[in-house]
Amino acid sequence: MEVKNIRIKNIPHEEFKDNEYLEKYVAQLREGGVNVVVGALSDLINWGRSNSVWPLTFATSCCGIEFMCVGAARADFARFGWEVTRNSPRQADVLMVFGTIVHKMAPVLKRLYEQMAEPKYVMAVGSCAIGGGPFKSSYHVVKGVEEIIPVDVYVPGCPPRPDAILYGMLQLERKIKVQNFFRLPAGPHPDESSKTEGDGDNE
Amino acid sequence: METTSSRIAAALDYAAVAVEGNTTTVAVPWERAHEAGEALRREGYDYLIDMVGVDGGDTLGVTCYLSQSENPAHVLKLKYSTTERERPRLTSLHDLWGTANVYEREIYDFFGIVFIGHPDMRRIFLRNDWKGYPLRKDYVERNDVPLDNERIDDMERVCTVTLEMGQEREAVSKLFGEEEYVVNFGPQHPAMHGVLHLRASLDGEQIRSIDPVFGYIHRGMEKMCESYTYPQILHLADRLDYLSGTMNRHAVCLLAEKALGLEAPEKAHYVRTILDELTRIASHLLGWGCMAMDMGAITAFVYGMRDREKVMDIFEETAGGRLMAGYGVIGGLAQDIHPNFQKRVSEFIPYMRKMLREHHLLFTGNPIARGRMEGVGRLTLQQAVSLGVTGPSGRASGWHNDMRKIEPYAAYGKVDFEEVMRSDGLTFDRYVIRLDEIEQSLRIIEQLVDNIPSGAWAVKTKPVVKLPEGEFFQRVENARGQFCVHVESRGDKSPYRVKFRSPSLTLVGGLKAIAPGTKVADLIMLGASLDYVIPCIDR
Repeated sequence: MEVKNIRIKNIPHEEFKDNEYLEKYVAQLREGGVNVVVGALSDLINWGRSNSVWPLTFATSCCGIEFMCVGAARADFARFGWEVTRNSPRQADVLMVFGTIVHKMAPVLKRLYEQMAEPKYVMAVGSCAIGGGPFKSSYHVVKGVEEIIPVDVYVPGCPPRPDAILYGMLQLERKIKVQNFFRLPAGPHPDESSKTEGDGDNE
Repeated sequence: METTSSRIAAALDYAAVAVEGNTTTVAVPWERAHEAGEALRREGYDYLIDMVGVDGGDTLGVTCYLSQSENPAHVLKLKYSTTERERPRLTSLHDLWGTANVYEREIYDFFGIVFIGHPDMRRIFLRNDWKGYPLRKDYVERNDVPLDNERIDDMERVCTVTLEMGQEREAVSKLFGEEEYVVNFGPQHPAMHGVLHLRASLDGEQIRSIDPVFGYIHRGMEKMCESYTYPQILHLADRLDYLSGTMNRHAVCLLAEKALGLEAPEKAHYVRTILDELTRIASHLLGWGCMAMDMGAITAFVYGMRDREKVMDIFEETAGGRLMAGYGVIGGLAQDIHPNFQKRVSEFIPYMRKMLREHHLLFTGNPIARGRMEGVGRLTLQQAVSLGVTGPSGRASGWHNDMRKIEPYAAYGKVDFEEVMRSDGLTFDRYVIRLDEIEQSLRIIEQLVDNIPSGAWAVKTKPVVKLPEGEFFQRVENARGQFCVHVESRGDKSPYRVKFRSPSLTLVGGLKAIAPGTKVADLIMLGASLDYVIPCIDR
């Protein structure tokens, strides 16, 4: 649960720790207890995993431009090991949904998600991806990507500032870090970990 | 103008001609629309600005906005409609104006009007299995989110309706032949500048033809506008072409002000113009960076984004938003400018000039870049006019189409600047013209920033803005070309019909025209040099 020494001008360092969801997550994970060897190995793997998250770029509209800003010199997500953006879902760890998803795009998004290798994560960036945003009343807009795929991190904003996107990325890094790599939950939420109870050591 | 309209009235004795200011309206029965089109084409109306489909309640019709490339300030409206709602038919004008091809497909998609003689009556934005025609007033929502991909056969199924001896004949054919080798680009492709889906038929490494598939970001904005109030529509306009959001918003503001008879304060005009030009600089920098990145030069992208951040800082300080400044409102500005605004803008001008020289040094002279851009992708002047390729791409082909010069709005009439022109219409021309336009934008800002008048930044409007009855049309120059808004009001707080003319849609039309015969690798460069924004196309 430790937090890296992050310097983002507009967000105080303590803010990064303020995540009730992750605290609950950790409490749930600790309930069962973990073998020392397995736990140490999982920590080692997670250290590597969380510091080189490769995103699949899936920018459909405005938020994609802010994503470009995150990739450029000022915000620079390379500091946190995210710079290898992948254009193939097979090589990506996290699907970042930037922008509105419409009816015609929905099957494409679903297919891309399914093509990604486990363990995979999803970030919904911008109010369109979260719940339809300003286009909620439209006949052709999906009201939030959660209708199609499970989501780990939501970043609100229309579009969110680069700092906000970085914040979301770092929360996902924290989440990856606390997980037990050998018993990963089936969905994005810790409650679903019970579903994979039986086949935990298949990695 | 009088002479033109009287000549038209004489030539088209079956038409009802009305003149109002700079606009002539010609209404004809639909059976004779093609005949009228031919006559107007002979009169020099070679540029089809926009085609607006209208559901008038008991009629379904089309309003064409026409203009002359020689005299672009003049606008002529050609109207025709049918009372048939079950199987509506109108005549296609695709052989007179190249742009009519996509516009008629769009009207078919939204209103279900079939154009007789159109070579490609497919839906353009929605999937083929979509039920109903969403922009009709009696449309009932009954489509669920599809979970299976659209079938290729559906995408390629081309329907044509022709009239033979008074009998309609429907024919179905396939877009690509069995022996053709078709490659998909997109919809999720990093070099497609958005979610454009290009289906390219290849002959070895050469492109035979391309078929752009739109609609992967179709948000149905025009339908939404019909239930939104005018101040709400401003926010949708921002999100059309997000790289020129300020300018699109400016168009809607100008239209509403014109309709209401409001005059925004001088200060608002100055600040809006400065923000428009800053947005143009930011957009061209991004376009430049992305074009270089498509060629593999990542450094240029980082440089472009670095300078763009400076513009974003100015926006953030004054307007509060970065990408979506949300600053212009009907009647003026949302709030007063920040005390630092003038200082920040004045500092930006010399900085940008210096960086512009660096950009040229870094990339324009690069032999590899020159090799990829020179001699490729010629768009002739005639093609540009027929396909409605406006903005920097049209000016690179030698077409004077800058709305800032044609109809100086806001503070453009008060400043001295040059409409940058080139004549060859090659990829390199379209590249260089953007960097030159940055210099002109800096000139405009320089002349305005120190002379911003003091005083009020907005005039008071009524809490509920109701436009008077009638049709309104406003054109502005955004970073990609002529952005036009058509609003039909029936006196309510929401418009009856809104249509946005997307300059990017016609740019893709240009791509379709110049791509055949080029290499696959050049296709990426052609797309980047035209610099279209897909959410603006799909609306």
